[in-house]
Amino acid sequence: MANTYRYIGKATPRKDAIDIVTGGSRFLNDLKMPNMLYGKVLRSPHAHALIKRIDKSKAERLEGVEAVLTWEDVPDWRGGTPRSTRILDRKVRYVGDAVALIAATNEEVARRALGLIDVEYEVLPAVFEMEEALKPDAPQLYDKFHGNVVTPGVPFFGPKSLQDVVMGDVEKGFQEADVITEGTFGYENIPNPLPPEAPGAIALWEEPNKVTLWVSNQASYMDKITLFHVMGRKVEVRSIGGPCGGSYGSKFMSWQVQSYATLLSRATGKPVKLIFTKEEHLAAFTMRIASRMTARVGMKRDGTVTAVSGTWLIDTGYYSMTTQSQVAVGCGEVQIAVRCANWDLKPKIVCTNRNASGIVRGFGGQELKCSLIPLLSLAMERLEIDPFQFLKKNFVKPGDGYFWRDGIWYTYRGVDFSKAMEEGAKRFGWEEKWKGWLKPTAVEGTKRRGIGVGVHGNADIGEDASEAYVRLHPDGTAMLFSCVTEHGTGQRTNFVKMVAEVLQLPLDHVSITPSDSLINPYEFGPAGSRGTYAIGGAAIAAAEDAKRKLLELLAPKLQAEPSELDTEEGVVFVKGHPEKKIPWKAMSVDRTITGYGRFEPDYTLSNCMMTFVEVEVDTETGKVTLQRVVNATDVGQVIDPPGLEGQLNGCLGSGGIDSALFEETILDRSSGHILNANMIDYKWRTFSELPPIDNVVFETPIPSHRFHAVGVGEIATSPGPAAVLMAVSNAIGVWLHEYPATPERVLKALGKVRGGDRKGGAA
Amino acid sequence: MKGTRQKKVRLIVNGNTYELDVGGRPDQIQPFHTLSHTLRETLGLTGTKVSCDHGACGCCTVLMDNQAVLSCMMLTVECDGRKITTIEGLKDPKTEDLDPLQQAFIDHTAFQCGFCTPGIIMSAKALLYENPFPTEEDVKEALSGNFCRCISHYQVVKAVMSASEEVR
Repeated sequence: MANTYRYIGKATPRKDAIDIVTGGSRFLNDLKMPNMLYGKVLRSPHAHALIKRIDKSKAERLEGVEAVLTWEDVPDWRGGTPRSTRILDRKVRYVGDAVALIAATNEEVARRALGLIDVEYEVLPAVFEMEEALKPDAPQLYDKFHGNVVTPGVPFFGPKSLQDVVMGDVEKGFQEADVITEGTFGYENIPNPLPPEAPGAIALWEEPNKVTLWVSNQASYMDKITLFHVMGRKVEVRSIGGPCGGSYGSKFMSWQVQSYATLLSRATGKPVKLIFTKEEHLAAFTMRIASRMTARVGMKRDGTVTAVSGTWLIDTGYYSMTTQSQVAVGCGEVQIAVRCANWDLKPKIVCTNRNASGIVRGFGGQELKCSLIPLLSLAMERLEIDPFQFLKKNFVKPGDGYFWRDGIWYTYRGVDFSKAMEEGAKRFGWEEKWKGWLKPTAVEGTKRRGIGVGVHGNADIGEDASEAYVRLHPDGTAMLFSCVTEHGTGQRTNFVKMVAEVLQLPLDHVSITPSDSLINPYEFGPAGSRGTYAIGGAAIAAAEDAKRKLLELLAPKLQAEPSELDTEEGVVFVKGHPEKKIPWKAMSVDRTITGYGRFEPDYTLSNCMMTFVEVEVDTETGKVTLQRVVNATDVGQVIDPPGLEGQLNGCLGSGGIDSALFEETILDRSSGHILNANMIDYKWRTFSELPPIDNVVFETPIPSHRFHAVGVGEIATSPGPAAVLMAVSNAIGVWLHEYPATPERVLKALGKVRGGDRKGGAA
Repeated sequence: MKGTRQKKVRLIVNGNTYELDVGGRPDQIQPFHTLSHTLRETLGLTGTKVSCDHGACGCCTVLMDNQAVLSCMMLTVECDGRKITTIEGLKDPKTEDLDPLQQAFIDHTAFQCGFCTPGIIMSAKALLYENPFPTEEDVKEALSGNFCRCISHYQVVKAVMSASEEVR
């Protein structure tokens, strides 16, 4: 079908393009305020300790130091779900935990003052391993969480919030199976999403109880909400977002750094900027959850999964703010990817003495699937089932259903993604390349090639509420009020495109407000892939509401009914009689028209991404090279082709495919120190190592909003890691089940080197 | 300090000459100040971004005498008399027109979050000064020190190639 839209589906320059290429974008750390102070955090060298005494007098006497705060100086602000983790506590729970906060006239003074604080610790035994943390005599991180198990459930998701996947009769399911496989599989290398811009905040406190925060977050309105609760529901928070230098989920929860800046501003009466160093970013800001599943699956010869039963352990590090949410969404997503009538999958979230886990693209589902697909693969191998056919068959189809995060059953009403998957397989050459399980696609000397496939889908595309206003002006321009920050997806421009399409205005006649919570209505933000459907839905509804009001207002002047009118280029006209027209300014120059739009959550649609990968393994060195990637999806309607391409290419980075190849956070499990908290030792893909990526994008109209589109960006990272392990295993002819597939692990799997058990993420 | 001349460092940044005092006061260039710090904090040229601050990611790349350098790894006092170009200096100073490379980045949407983009553009600019007719492999090699987490790489390579073709 030919695209008849004026902007939708067409490549248009991003609104912020000139600023980005000229250095004009003002990221958080580019802002300066009069009298601004600089904040720094003193961090614990111990993984678990009590602070017996802190002497801050020397630091306070250093010229230029304006505040030094310890746990004794701060209110009982707490984060975590449930509220468990004080903003500064007498107890430290990981190497890097905050011990004191300093504000000084410049960064150098603040840094020097850190060294002048004298802290006496009583070191406690620490625990870095989930199984150890669950033992009865394990060190306890919190009084509140007995046995280091975090209270399940997410109050925000409602009283039935999803805590597990339990349905049908697994015993019956196993009886029906032709083959049953079991084992323990993990995705425990805790990769860091690692946006280039470090986390930070600028805060300005106003007595008695107000704070304005300049933030870098994909969802800046939510900072206001999160902090309101953290700060004991006693502080009025205004959050102002700006360009966000990458988030990939992580900056959605920046409550700690924002609270630090707030406390320092409260203590000094001046604006305080606190930006993490890259080392703090890697060692003391959230990373992926670690996932380990011990389970059994039953499968029939035709690829029907008859039962899944087991436990899913999740290491959340020293606290959990969103891990329960990730478990809930992950449990929903696994049902979307794996159709099965009988489930008994029980998650357990465990606290350990390492840096906390938090939000990363993939949000629970990637982590769970990276553990489950290897187990399903064992069954497929036994039954000689082609994994592409298996994943295609078992992905959610119209009429199927799933329990979503709120514990409610939803029937899927979207499209069948099989066609997009088949086209992806064709583009990749799956049929020609698939030689069977543990069989290489090609062998050339010491180099062996293998292929793998993965899939992911998320019903979060319609999660949570969004609100927007669209204001029409007599000069024929419109302004979208939406508390959305630009974090790289181009969505701020896309929402403007949607409004311009509804109102038929030139793109440069539509603007969008700064993402300031003071002026904009509620916005959950572009989390997951909800931007296109949910935020777009609110923007479209607001534009339609404004248009309706405009036509109603001007109808009498054209002696017509509103239904007979339309608008284009800032002119209202009678449909079929374009000569009967009046410009918007006929509304009167002392008037604006404001439309309101709201998106109500809808969990009956899912997106889908299937990723095919081909790897080459050098059996002499163990090096795995990614040769090719094909992503296949159906988005209903493309909004912005280059923006979508960028999102799909993002499958490699931010803890995606490369988390199966070389990315890992290396935790020394004897001391709790992260050993690669810098960008030399933490490995990342460079320009000179780019594999070819093909993105197959279908546009089957999806019953979402006016433009029949759904978002897909978030999940680009998710199918790839499991596909890589599958491909490596097929290339070398033996199973490799640990992430990432480093040369050492490959050679070990080949029996060429011996080594101790090296659990994912361990030194 | 009596009897000694006030030490100064002279920088020519985007065509403007700055004579900056070296010393211990907050408004002076201190010996440990990096070039990126001076550009951003002293001169207010915040288009140059700092990400890792230890020479690993290329975000802070600027041109020094038309060669790409990591401004977080240079001390400002070492840069006396040097000609520095930052992302703010790429526009044509007379016409205010964008550099063809900047325009190519817009035309190819060769960025996502845009934080690493100034550094990537400056590295690419240095490449085009040195080699106006690069191959794709040359472009990838020249940018191999620039970190981008969103994966704008593919669109960046296209943008740089198209800008170099315009030179042709």
